[in-house]
Amino acid sequence: MSFAQKHILGIDHLSREEIIQILDTADSFKEINTRAIKKVPTLRGKTIVNLFFEASTRTRTSFEIAGKRLSADTINISASSSSVVKGETLEDTARNIEAMHPDIIVMRHGASGAPHYLADRLDCSIINAGDGAHEHPSQALLDAFTIREKLGRIEGLNVAIIGDLTHSRVVRSNLYLLNKLGAKVRLAGPGTMIPPGIEKLGATVYHDINQAIEGADVVMMLRIQLERQGKTLLPTLREYSRFYGLNPNNLKLAQENALVMHPGPMNRGVEISSSVADGPQNVILDQVENGVAVRMALLYLVSGGEETEG
Amino acid sequence: MNKDVTVILNKSGVQRALTRISHEILERNHGSDNLVLVGIRSGGDFLAAELQQRIQQIEGVEIPLGAVDITMYRDDLDSRGSLPLGKTDIPFPLDGQKVVLVDDVLYTGRTIRAAMDALMDFGRPQAIQLAVLIDRGHRELPIRADFVGRNVPTAREENVQVEFEPENVPSAVRLLKP
Repeated sequence: MSFAQKHILGIDHLSREEIIQILDTADSFKEINTRAIKKVPTLRGKTIVNLFFEASTRTRTSFEIAGKRLSADTINISASSSSVVKGETLEDTARNIEAMHPDIIVMRHGASGAPHYLADRLDCSIINAGDGAHEHPSQALLDAFTIREKLGRIEGLNVAIIGDLTHSRVVRSNLYLLNKLGAKVRLAGPGTMIPPGIEKLGATVYHDINQAIEGADVVMMLRIQLERQGKTLLPTLREYSRFYGLNPNNLKLAQENALVMHPGPMNRGVEISSSVADGPQNVILDQVENGVAVRMALLYLVSGGEETEG
Repeated sequence: MNKDVTVILNKSGVQRALTRISHEILERNHGSDNLVLVGIRSGGDFLAAELQQRIQQIEGVEIPLGAVDITMYRDDLDSRGSLPLGKTDIPFPLDGQKVVLVDDVLYTGRTIRAAMDALMDFGRPQAIQLAVLIDRGHRELPIRADFVGRNVPTAREENVQVEFEPENVPSAVRLLKP
């Protein structure tokens, strides 16, 4: 059975079977990252362009390492050092890159739908590394991989996602994925950060984080995006931390072996206390480690994928 | 299902071939020192386990057993797409070891080429030897087996199938004609 998707634009367009195939593939790739020689020839001769219009260290580095471990040639282009600052349009930038025949473009863009726009216009595969507040599929996949690895399953688990739900593409991709794999999702955050209608994506919404945490198998904290809206939607960070931060006291409400997750970068002392972030239940660095394997799987699977209708 | 099927080896035939190969491996290598088995998934890994058992019965030594999945080392990603990956599991160092690579059917030799590339990424073996249950010919690369259960002349459009019982015990080898 071959993988049928040419692009990875979001979790929304993936089937349950495709998601499981990605996780299983990542499971096989994970072993390479612990070898003495961390490289296989799978994507030899392929060119991958990391086209990042927004700042990112973790995701870009993770995709770059993933490509290099598969023997692909990876090139990074960031908006601050590119012709974008000189006024070029997204399509022109992309067409110029395509003229150099990359096989895959991994892109992050501030506008929701930007990768979909390019996928319709270019011949190469597009992997969405985050578009606006829309989707961040590789993050949701590495979260699911980590949950499955640590707890052995995803189906039937209670997953609490807490924080700024409005500006988070992580939460949308996770909602799609966790629902497709049969988990129950609880969301919590301040009223100003809960988009109306988000429960329609398959979640129970709480305003009191203790209710969301109670009995949860996984507690996923989202980053307060200080650079985006820290001032307008919150009275103070101290108040946020007090009502919506994860600390040893409210974590006790969760299952005894509940996982503590965070997509990073963390604001220690704001959405998560240091003792929890460094505590025995945290799997935050496992998430980062697994991110490389998951991205290797995505690069591998789209490389053999066919264009599908729809 | 109206394929023409010939049984090449029945269960006892397979068992005898594996026993003979085990003796040949020990004879060629003057015992089991520095000897390791690595089976190619899927099929070769089960046969490698059979060889390990027999070598233990003969010599009283349990030699290390690993498995290699060669999908990441294939040369036909563009033509065949992204096939599902299996797991490579070689939990011992290969440096200085005599590695007996085990596969069920030797055909074009491309799988063996890929498996040898994979082994080299795990270290520098002293030697790699190849054991196969069936050699069906049609090599496309300069590769030959050191230990062969049965040579079977085939046509390219035919198919050789090694069957396993539950518990992964090999039960028969069949030749399927189109």
